[in-house]
Amino acid sequence: MSYKLIIIGCSLGGLSATKTLLAGISDDCMVPIILIQHREQKAEVSMDNVLTNMMQRYTKRQIEEAEDKTPLRLNHIYLAPADYHLLIERECVALSADEPVTYARPSIDVAFDSAARTYGSGVIGVILTGASRDGADGAASIEKRGGLIIVQDPLAAESNTLPKAALAATKNPKIMQLEEIGPYISNIVREGGASRASRATS
Amino acid sequence: MDPDSTTTVEQKDEIEAIEIDLLLDGIYRRYGYDFRKYASASIRRRIWKFAEQEKLATISAVQEAVLHEPSMMDRFVLSLTVNVTTMFRDPAFFLALRTEVIPILKTYPMIRIWDAGCATGEEAYSMAIVLKEEGIYDRCRIYATDMNEDVLRKAKTGIFPLSHMKEFTDNYIQSGGKNSFSEYYTAKYDYAIINQELRQNIIFAQHNLVTDKSFNEFNLVLIRNVLIYFNEELRGKVLDLLHESMASFGILALGKRESLKFSRLESAYEELDSAMKLYKRCA
Repeated sequence: MSYKLIIIGCSLGGLSATKTLLAGISDDCMVPIILIQHREQKAEVSMDNVLTNMMQRYTKRQIEEAEDKTPLRLNHIYLAPADYHLLIERECVALSADEPVTYARPSIDVAFDSAARTYGSGVIGVILTGASRDGADGAASIEKRGGLIIVQDPLAAESNTLPKAALAATKNPKIMQLEEIGPYISNIVREGGASRASRATS
Repeated sequence: MDPDSTTTVEQKDEIEAIEIDLLLDGIYRRYGYDFRKYASASIRRRIWKFAEQEKLATISAVQEAVLHEPSMMDRFVLSLTVNVTTMFRDPAFFLALRTEVIPILKTYPMIRIWDAGCATGEEAYSMAIVLKEEGIYDRCRIYATDMNEDVLRKAKTGIFPLSHMKEFTDNYIQSGGKNSFSEYYTAKYDYAIINQELRQNIIFAQHNLVTDKSFNEFNLVLIRNVLIYFNEELRGKVLDLLHESMASFGILALGKRESLKFSRLESAYEELDSAMKLYKRCA
């Protein structure tokens, strides 16, 4: 399987979980990473920068807050801005100011579902700690279209509502400890790239 | 036979994509509204939301209803285009407007402002308040346009639910407001009516960014959180239209997470305030 996109969803307590996850993804993992994290509704611009700056310390990849129509680049990390939904179009990010979905904007369901519809089986969806069920339906949508779903072990998650809901909504999720997820993803993305390369040369 | 048992998810997605294309083509041919180049992921969500509201099971059913019943089409346009907003949305933007844009506008004898995609008028009235407090409202004309006649009618009345005033007031204070917000409206029953003096220099008019042409030249164009609903090609076309409508050194204001990056206008504008997405025409 050749993977094209990694998308991560989390809410409460998500910041430290995200740092651990990002730190575990190796530098040669050449796919764009999208990060959907529930945030304060009224977060101001300066707050946004605080979040990206804080996370930037844990990865060499460039972290940026997504703007509308930002092209997806390999090796970059795109953070969903506060107060917008983030959707994935072919090769770029699209934002929407439509009403919150299950009280959330950005909504993990909206982002995951659009990623699934655009990249099908090329999507790896990761569900981390979360205090609402937003993200579970999106995970199901990715799985239905052949993508891979990884869920942080609910027993170890700071808030287990979302991981549990995601496990209930999917048939074949991988349950993992936070520290395992990054290395695992790096491996399967590399293998996908390698098999593609060998097909090209054969 | 249950179609679900034989149709795969991929096939369903493909059928849905065909249905959306047919629906938008049909609407264009029947009514002249052109949604064909809207950003596909969000228009898909809005079409389904409309289908659920109207209790229609498929997008083909939406097509049938919309083509045969003009009143259904009115509701469809409304649900596809209306963006819920507040007065002084993103207070920091209005603060930047006061400190960085108003001093430039003050140098002109007559000031023309275009609020494109004004919906129910919250932004136009917010602008009017800022201009009033800065002492240049009498020299300004605000052209507030939207493609949708229904929302324009509502905008023209200047009537908002009283329950919104708390949020409007909070935003107003954060945006650097100089007075008491309650001075700008009169409360009646459950509603608040914006003062007549704020309404007199606002011209609400129907204009479709996708199908209509440039109609004037402006010193300031506000188009916040509108271009996000268009695909890249259409965004480029609409930006060209705005550019044609821009006076020399005119100022363009985009939404907080929009930019001229990755557009062909990038080189014709300089950033006045990059965080607040204020651009000044330099070519």
